[in-house]
Amino acid sequence: MSETIQYTHKDMASDQEVRWCPGCDDYVILRAVQRALPKIGKKREDIVFISGIGCSSRFPYYVETFGMHSIHGRAAPIATGVKLANPDLSVWMISGDGDSLAIGGNHFIHVLRRNIDLNIILFNNEIYGLTKGQFSPTSKLDQITKTSPYGNTQPPFNAGALAMGANARFFARVSGNSLKEMQTLFVQAEKFRGSALIEVMQNCPIFNEGAFDVYNDRAQRPNTQLFLEHAKPMIFGAEKNKGIVLKGLKLEVVTIGENGVVEEDILIHDAHEPDPTLHTMLVKLVNPIITGIIRSVDELTFGDRFIGQMNARKSAANGKTFNDLVVSGETYYLK
Amino acid sequence: MQKELSKRPSNDLSNLVIRFSGDSGDGMQLTGMQFSDTSAMMGNDIATFPNYPAEIRAPQGSKYGVSGFQVQISDKDIFSPGDELDLLVAMNPAALKANIGDLAPGKTLLVDSDAFSEKFLKKSGYRSNPLEDGSLDAYRLIAVPMTKNTQKALEDFDMDRKAKFRSKNMYTLGIVYWMYGRDLDHTIEFLEQKFEKKPLIKEANQLVLRAGNIYAQNLELIATHYQVRPASLEKGHYRIIRGSQAIAWGLVAAAQKAEMELFFGSYPITPASDILNELVKYPELSVKAFQAEDEIAAVSSAIGSSFAGDLGVTSTSGPGLALKGEAIGLAMMIELPLVIINAQRGGPSTGMPTKTEQSDLLQALYGRNGESPIIVVAAHSPSHCFDMAFEAARLSIEHMTPVLLLSDGFIGNGSEPWLIKKLEDLPTIRKNVAQDPENWTPYTRDKDTLVRQWAVPGMKGFEHRVGGLEKHEKTGNVNMVPLNHEAMTKIRAEKVKRVENNIPALRVHGVQSGPLLVVGWGGTFGALFTACKEIREEGQEIAHAHFDYINPFPKNSAEVFSAFKTILVCELNAGQLVKQFRSSFPKMNFIQYNKIQGLPFTNGELKNKFMSILSSGEDL
Ligand code: SF4
Repeated sequence: MSETIQYTHKDMASDQEVRWCPGCDDYVILRAVQRALPKIGKKREDIVFISGIGCSSRFPYYVETFGMHSIHGRAAPIATGVKLANPDLSVWMISGDGDSLAIGGNHFIHVLRRNIDLNIILFNNEIYGLTKGQFSPTSKLDQITKTSPYGNTQPPFNAGALAMGANARFFARVSGNSLKEMQTLFVQAEKFRGSALIEVMQNCPIFNEGAFDVYNDRAQRPNTQLFLEHAKPMIFGAEKNKGIVLKGLKLEVVTIGENGVVEEDILIHDAHEPDPTLHTMLVKLVNPIITGIIRSVDELTFGDRFIGQMNARKSAANGKTFNDLVVSGETYYLK
Repeated sequence: MQKELSKRPSNDLSNLVIRFSGDSGDGMQLTGMQFSDTSAMMGNDIATFPNYPAEIRAPQGSKYGVSGFQVQISDKDIFSPGDELDLLVAMNPAALKANIGDLAPGKTLLVDSDAFSEKFLKKSGYRSNPLEDGSLDAYRLIAVPMTKNTQKALEDFDMDRKAKFRSKNMYTLGIVYWMYGRDLDHTIEFLEQKFEKKPLIKEANQLVLRAGNIYAQNLELIATHYQVRPASLEKGHYRIIRGSQAIAWGLVAAAQKAEMELFFGSYPITPASDILNELVKYPELSVKAFQAEDEIAAVSSAIGSSFAGDLGVTSTSGPGLALKGEAIGLAMMIELPLVIINAQRGGPSTGMPTKTEQSDLLQALYGRNGESPIIVVAAHSPSHCFDMAFEAARLSIEHMTPVLLLSDGFIGNGSEPWLIKKLEDLPTIRKNVAQDPENWTPYTRDKDTLVRQWAVPGMKGFEHRVGGLEKHEKTGNVNMVPLNHEAMTKIRAEKVKRVENNIPALRVHGVQSGPLLVVGWGGTFGALFTACKEIREEGQEIAHAHFDYINPFPKNSAEVFSAFKTILVCELNAGQLVKQFRSSFPKMNFIQYNKIQGLPFTNGELKNKFMSILSSGEDL
């Protein structure tokens, strides 16, 4: 297995015509994935994409690997079955806010709880696109959508906070128009052993245009988004003079050089801290929004535990087969 | 080891039916299982039927808490747990009240007289004590102060009253062993192992078992005792197997035979949980038993495992099957192996979880959106569960399609002797694995079977995408063209239809043509077979055919039907297989006999029904 294959992003594109609306961020995500895959050191035949239902879930058709476009909300358990059947595969789960946080919510929390080795890309566009514009579990309160003509009355989920609650070991967030950052994060997610969840703030120009403009727009971004790097201070702003400090039990934005604040006062990001308290506070910030790898904590994966237990039992059992099972315990002869 | 025997009794009996009943905490299931195992090891054929309440520990002495275990043992092959009781064991008034109706006058009744206290009598609705008021005069009543005798036997044991009370069932078993000339050593050995780490409890139980046995020996009241001689079962190596265990083992065997790993995704539900409980024990046999977060995740994980090359299996009971419907449709659409086991229970909705019924047949056949045919098979006895689980896996792998195996609580919990099968005794399973990536698409099919070639991740050059959207007949790409959809719908149906070339013909027990053919499926086999056999022994012409394969039907079904004047379809539902027959064989006439009480058919009611049809003669 030492043969290394040099792929380019073109090798990762299937012959299928891509059918998202023009201008949709899904194109950017697809390009980022196709550029990340040649860097993960896996052969095409050892990569599997599993999706549920929704705009995002057409994704597997466009990647030249193994793939399954499954049913609404069920990508997580299907991907779990794939990984347990063959732990050597690189398994990617493609899902959206409706798919994973509404109809597939139960699977979403349990897949994170178990920490099975998957790369999960959550296309969060805060709307139902494929069914044409109904509010989703991440749509904003009071938002006008097809099914909330007088304003949305259902308070939204924060996908990151939900993930933290489910004990996600890896959580990253990224703008849907940041090809480069996505590409890097996808490679890092693949390297991470365990469930690696990347929430993409994905613009849907047709049904929810501009939902993330305040964060994704290149001009506004320096002041509204803080892209975290491990072991670096949490500094942002067009002039790199704003930062995050912990005041009491709350995070606060401060300006370096004002009110006696110096750079040393700013929090240093520790993505590997097992205690999720600070990570949970970070995912909930809205001004600025926190992006990059917020949490990345190594722990045994579900596969390590589950397949590991199987292998341990197998070597202890020393080649036991079905034929040994049927004569184990009490049997008798009729003559 | 020196055999420890009850004194050999004098009278022979060819057949014996015993029901043990008590509180769900009285240990009646274990008592019954011990009696069955001992009898099987002494060479009898056995068939058992546990009947337990939905409440795990209902209030002591209440009617809701009555748990029962029935066993028939015989010197001949038997096929059902019987319905004419020879002995009823009732550990308290509630158990007596719930079961006395099934005991014919003249038969034997064994009770714990200590349990007939005023409090328990009142709880179970007795105004006076039936042991004293003469209402049980028609029976041979044996009232033994089992509670007091157990406490007395354990006087010197340093245990609390409750712990002592818990070994009372061994006292009862000791009595019954004496009555029917059973050896004690199997149970002594069983206790040795079960309480290996608790020597005090082990000794107490063994002592109480012997005490009950000796009490019965010395008691004038139990003057007659019977022995059932060994049955004429095929010679060979046997073990006692429970239906749910047999299903689990059949799946393990199929995976090993096909050289695959078994992935079993499941979620606890009564009565299917026992299959999961069994399969989690065998990681050393490459069994990946995965307890999922819900029914949908269970089936979905199995589909994912199949996609990646494992034998994907899921199990459930009625309500869970409803939840799995959409995912089963996906497996049908993407044409992957998937075995679904549905241990039926009383429905609809939550229904009667611990009671038996055959009411999920139509759900199995049709419970999915769209035109969604899958293979449906059924197991008809505890040991047959092994064969059909293996068959379900074989058909699923060979035909690349979901197979749904129907069992039920009655055969899943029941047990009987199983002539041990090894891998070399089982048929080969042929996988249809893709070979040539150049000339392959996901829907390249065998021209005879219409089975597509399987390519799993890791196979170089076979990278492809499947999904629930309609696909082009040749390329496998997403395609919504009207005529393509019609063609694909017909191909999927025809593929399942052609499975009829890969299953055995329908067998007729008894005469091959004549006035009456009795037809059934699933767990009613024993009752139907026995009733027909007894009627034949009385000199009447009657035949029985049992459908183990329901979709597709065996090829010779119509031919079998046409040889009989009347076809009676017997089911524990409102008439589901008969509905299927009427639409599949529209020119034939079927009559039906149904029971929807959460209980199996009894021999008596079946024979009455059959005799009334046979005697009504010509103009039926
Ligand atoms: S509906 Fe929105 S999310 Fe869906 S493809 Fe069109 S733009 Fe993208």
